[in-house]
Amino acid sequence: MGSTNSTLLKIPNVEVLMQETGFSPAHIIRLHDRFKALDKEGRGHLCPHDFGAIKELAMNPIGDRIIGAFFSPGKETVDFHTFVKILAHFRPVDKDRPKEPNSPEPINSRSNKLKFAFQLYDQDKDGKISRDELLQVLRAMLGMQVTDEQLESIADRTIQEADLDRDDTISFEEFRKACKHKRFTMFRFCIRPGERKLMLTLCHWSSELQDQHEL
Amino acid sequence: MEGAWEIAFVFFQVWLSIVVGLIMLPAMFGVSLGFTDIYIKVLVKTLEWATLRIQRGQKEQAALPSQSANGIIEKDDGSMQEEIGELRRSHPKNLAGGDFTLCDAFYFCKKGIENIVEDQVTQRFTSEELASWNLLTRTNNNFCYISLRLTIIWGLGVFIRYCILLPLRITLAVIGLSWLVIGTILVGLLPSSNVKNWLSDLVHITCYRICARGLSATIRYHNKENRPKKGGICVANHTSPIDIVILANDGCYAMVGQVHGGLMGVLQRSIVRSCPHVWFERSEMKDRHAVAKRLKDHIADKTKLPILIFPEGTCINNTSVMMFKKGSFEIGGTIYPVAIKYDPQFGDAFWNSAKYNMVSYLLRMMTSWAIVCNVWYLPPMTRQDGEDAVQFANRVKSAIAHQGGLVDLSWDGGLKREKVKESLKEEQQKMYSSMIIGSDFNEASLSLLLSVSSPDDPSAPVKGSGGL
Repeated sequence: MGSTNSTLLKIPNVEVLMQETGFSPAHIIRLHDRFKALDKEGRGHLCPHDFGAIKELAMNPIGDRIIGAFFSPGKETVDFHTFVKILAHFRPVDKDRPKEPNSPEPINSRSNKLKFAFQLYDQDKDGKISRDELLQVLRAMLGMQVTDEQLESIADRTIQEADLDRDDTISFEEFRKACKHKRFTMFRFCIRPGERKLMLTLCHWSSELQDQHEL
Repeated sequence: MEGAWEIAFVFFQVWLSIVVGLIMLPAMFGVSLGFTDIYIKVLVKTLEWATLRIQRGQKEQAALPSQSANGIIEKDDGSMQEEIGELRRSHPKNLAGGDFTLCDAFYFCKKGIENIVEDQVTQRFTSEELASWNLLTRTNNNFCYISLRLTIIWGLGVFIRYCILLPLRITLAVIGLSWLVIGTILVGLLPSSNVKNWLSDLVHITCYRICARGLSATIRYHNKENRPKKGGICVANHTSPIDIVILANDGCYAMVGQVHGGLMGVLQRSIVRSCPHVWFERSEMKDRHAVAKRLKDHIADKTKLPILIFPEGTCINNTSVMMFKKGSFEIGGTIYPVAIKYDPQFGDAFWNSAKYNMVSYLLRMMTSWAIVCNVWYLPPMTRQDGEDAVQFANRVKSAIAHQGGLVDLSWDGGLKREKVKESLKEEQQKMYSSMIIGSDFNEASLSLLLSVSSPDDPSAPVKGSGGL
């Protein structure tokens, strides 16, 4: 039974999108509204500049990297589908999802979440976090608050702890093991589709009219 | 042909006399004939009915989302330290409270993604979403066709608003503004005296009352005993230029602002003849000391009207109060805070200056149902000892936000147009680095203690252990 909501109908291939990402129709509509709000010039796609306009993201030390994660290498724009697919990483893990051997891994699986985080470090996408890449992230997060030496010693210590095969880089497997014990409840948001109750509060400008309907 | 002109003329005379007799004259004397009350009551009943219909319609069409005013993400509102501590708690080495771990980046990543989906600042510069449709096309975002009856009522609403109310309101606005210009020029011809001041107040108030009727504005003033007095500064949250009309309906204020050209310029030049307002040239605005001095001189003179200032500096959408610029709080003098809260159900008063210019904004105002708002006068505040201007500004801002039921934000409204300052990013970096370096320092000082405790090594480097 398809929803007759006109917004959903405007989005192409929305059924496929919901299937792949696991978002409900309400979530998709909400994300679409947000996409349109960010796309101020109404072009139908976002560019890095549109993300940069989000003030709180501009304040985030690794904000540039997060924005970069939305754009595949070489592409300057991101359309709604890609936008939603990337945000799908952050949905809570579906605990009741049956493990079918043939179906593709859901986007919000633990492994895919880790891969996303890994790519924040591994900017050249060679599958390993080199010492340089680690230093870059550290510098981004700490800014000018620490000296180069302190930075190097932190990087050395981190690699020492995590690098199990002693190749001076952190592979994805080693990254996974280092974060093994982390509780991934930190890595989620869930969208409240909006209350069913309609709160109608009218201006109380005479006491007789003071109604608050909760339907 | 002649007959048609005569009929039109008669019609026009009748129209004008209705407007003058039934609306303008009572407005000038502050008397209400009750038309607006009845109108609002009818409107309320109609909107209630419409909401019930929409609600019923939505139940029949399954799973249509209604807007949530509370945000769309479940956020963990912990501080950076709490959340990173949570992340690290299950770390095998149990290095809670210090040292870098690879998963620290998750915290920033999560915050970043949350902000991409929903942030606190951008949404304040667009109109507030309504929980239910108020039969205006402009707020019809996600509401679709429900029933024929609803559409008919909506159509009727369009007719009433555009064909009946709009001409009426435009007439009133024109009368009001021309009366302001003419009246103030006439009063300006008089020599300075108490009579002149009294007349000037009269002209101003009557004009603003006519303009308020021109917007079908229903204003409720609370705590009138705290009304701003002469020699004080009145401070309010800013949603639109209409705020001035709203406040000036109940008192006389001296306006502060930049000199404009065009119609605004004419208004400015004429009203300054009858009583002193503070108009700045564009070049003067840049010199903060000159500005402060002029304002100080104005409030030092106890015969002059209280100054009206909007410290946010820009229009916000009436769901929150943003950072108050400290300039007005450095002058000294008593601050009279005022909170203004519009009811969005009857018409959205927010001026989105990026989207609409002044004329189209006013047209939108005049084709809304009505402007309904509450104005609270708060008790006067002065700067306390040991409080600097920024803290004082924040104190006033919190009081206004609390009274008006608005969210108190410390973001700068100027971010509407400007970029985020680097210093904000540095603050984040500072907070994070204090978590990391804290432990490093502990290790260093531990080794220092160990080396100093053995007196055999006089060449041990002595590091200062000042706190971070």
